[in-house]
Amino acid sequence: MSDQLLTVNNLSVAFQSGSITTKAVNGVSFSLNKQESIGIVGESGSGKSVTATSILRLIPRSFAKITSGEIIFQGRDLIKLSAGQMRKVRGNDISMIFQDPSTSLNPVFTVGNQLVETIRAHRKISKKAAKQRALELLDLVGIPAPDKRITMYPHEFSGGMRQRVMIAIALACDPQLLIADEPTTALDVTVQAQILNLMKDLQEQLGMAIIMITHDLGVVWETCEQVLVMYAGRIVESATVKELYQRPLHPYTWGLLDSQITESQDSDAPLSSIPGSPPDLSYEVTGCPFVERCPYAEAICHQETPPLQQLADGHAVACHFQTGSNTLERKEHAYREGTFTRS
Amino acid sequence: MREPLLEVEGLKKHFPVSSPIPFKKSDQRVKAVDGLSFKVYKGETLGVVGESGCGKSTMARLVNQLIKPSDGVVNFKEANLVDMDAERLRLTRQKIQMVFQDPYASLDPRLQVGQLIAEPLVIHKVGTTATRKKRVEELLETVGLNKRYADRFPHEFSGGQRQRINIARALSLNPELIICDEPVSALDVSVQAQVINLLKKLQAEFKLTYIFISHDLNVVRYMCDRIAVMYLGRIVEIGTYEEIYKNPQHPYTKALFSAIPKENPFADKEHIILKGTVPSPLNPPTGCHFHERCPVAMDICKTKEPNMITSKDTHQASCHLIN
Repeated sequence: MSDQLLTVNNLSVAFQSGSITTKAVNGVSFSLNKQESIGIVGESGSGKSVTATSILRLIPRSFAKITSGEIIFQGRDLIKLSAGQMRKVRGNDISMIFQDPSTSLNPVFTVGNQLVETIRAHRKISKKAAKQRALELLDLVGIPAPDKRITMYPHEFSGGMRQRVMIAIALACDPQLLIADEPTTALDVTVQAQILNLMKDLQEQLGMAIIMITHDLGVVWETCEQVLVMYAGRIVESATVKELYQRPLHPYTWGLLDSQITESQDSDAPLSSIPGSPPDLSYEVTGCPFVERCPYAEAICHQETPPLQQLADGHAVACHFQTGSNTLERKEHAYREGTFTRS
Repeated sequence: MREPLLEVEGLKKHFPVSSPIPFKKSDQRVKAVDGLSFKVYKGETLGVVGESGCGKSTMARLVNQLIKPSDGVVNFKEANLVDMDAERLRLTRQKIQMVFQDPYASLDPRLQVGQLIAEPLVIHKVGTTATRKKRVEELLETVGLNKRYADRFPHEFSGGQRQRINIARALSLNPELIICDEPVSALDVSVQAQVINLLKKLQAEFKLTYIFISHDLNVVRYMCDRIAVMYLGRIVEIGTYEEIYKNPQHPYTKALFSAIPKENPFADKEHIILKGTVPSPLNPPTGCHFHERCPVAMDICKTKEPNMITSKDTHQASCHLIN
């Protein structure tokens, strides 16, 4: 297809620490069209960030290794590129913004300096023209009085303003794809609303694709069209957001949806939560990785790992009991522990 | 009327700012908390919400006198903590405990879990070594941990388990009031639910009163009976959770709750996007602190500070629009 921007095929990433190998990402495949936004959700340690940073090959080379797979971006396999070629992709075709805006900017340079550096690294233009572009960018991301702000240092900005600067740097070279790794987790709700709004506007205006990594399903509902649910380094379910909300299929997704606190949540009933914790990926996982925490598990789940199966209508799920011929009945309150009464 | 356990009147904390000129005293003050008055009733949970920098945590530390207020009264069971002598304060403080945000920073990595939980007992000279050991085991089971964990170290536990240890430690002296300062912010959603369930269970079991500070409005809605909304060191609205959620009076409260991301992809939620960020408490705006960001600000807001207006018995807000 011509409007396909990124295809990740069977990506696996492992971390080596002494004699211990941790398989952080295990055979992840997905694709992304131009101007599309896709959300990746999961608990900490589920491999969402590793997947995204692997696309830019930002994982530390000394102990992390892409063990298999390919990442096709605009017809080229990013894994096979040389370091120099890769550097031309980063910040130019694909940009990334990170969770913590206070540690991702360099404290000893002004924000103008950092913007100009990015622009001049990829474009052969004069310092003056680059500064002009930097001013435009700061204005674009809604920073008031950019001509004053450009000479300021990161510590003179608030958290939300720093995240805006990060976005300005990421957008400096009109990227095709923006990877946002928990961009609003460290921010207040009011500022989160500002930033998400800004990202949606800019996406429309500039026509880029977004990969949004988050643990907050609310952020996914707000910003994405497609969503991948990750667990223990694998994709366990992928669908459009509307489909995932209306017809979720994987028991883990049910657990995630159930543990959201919604308006209809009765404050006298306990919250649902998924018992236990994800498996330690430094050991070989046999069977379904979710088996220990799954209220629906049966014998086969302990022995065989279910593959991600494409059902009709672009909805894929990895569960032995959610295939075309097999279906599972979702139980109400499957993840609720006991009751308590309040005096 | 229910019995208030804690009454706070006109609480203020102004931090001095170091002057740019050496040895010269600065007359600038950061007004972190600037005139708070509220009551906490026995057995209830008071939620405190607001953006970062609005003085939530300073308020928590002022209530149990971890820092001394510049002005104001903190009455706990009708005794004023502010002018109490050190020895009486120490004894009274047994009944007020805290649970902090970061479970990785709040446990001493060199102490075993048993020692950590017994520490408050040792400080207040409660019981003997043997009875303390029994109490530790009892507490571990209360918070849902195995009693054999007493001789392990904090690094052996996950974030959720560490927060359980913190809660056990807070419970060790049978407190009446527990101040939870963002107790679940550092945890994953499903672990967060477990810790919240535990806090609710303990409240029912031991008749505890909570002050629950959080910036997660969904958690606050679920946990709390009453909610206080803070902005720049002041309470702008206080009321039961139903009043605050269903009938918010202050424009800031409205904006704050409209900023929560929508609950499902089909919802068509209108967000009130506030301009800018919280102004500096070093140099707060004149009049109503919120007027610079307020979508419905009038001329009077720039000059005159609004009073707390009681619209219902339990519901108060400070805004010129309510009259």
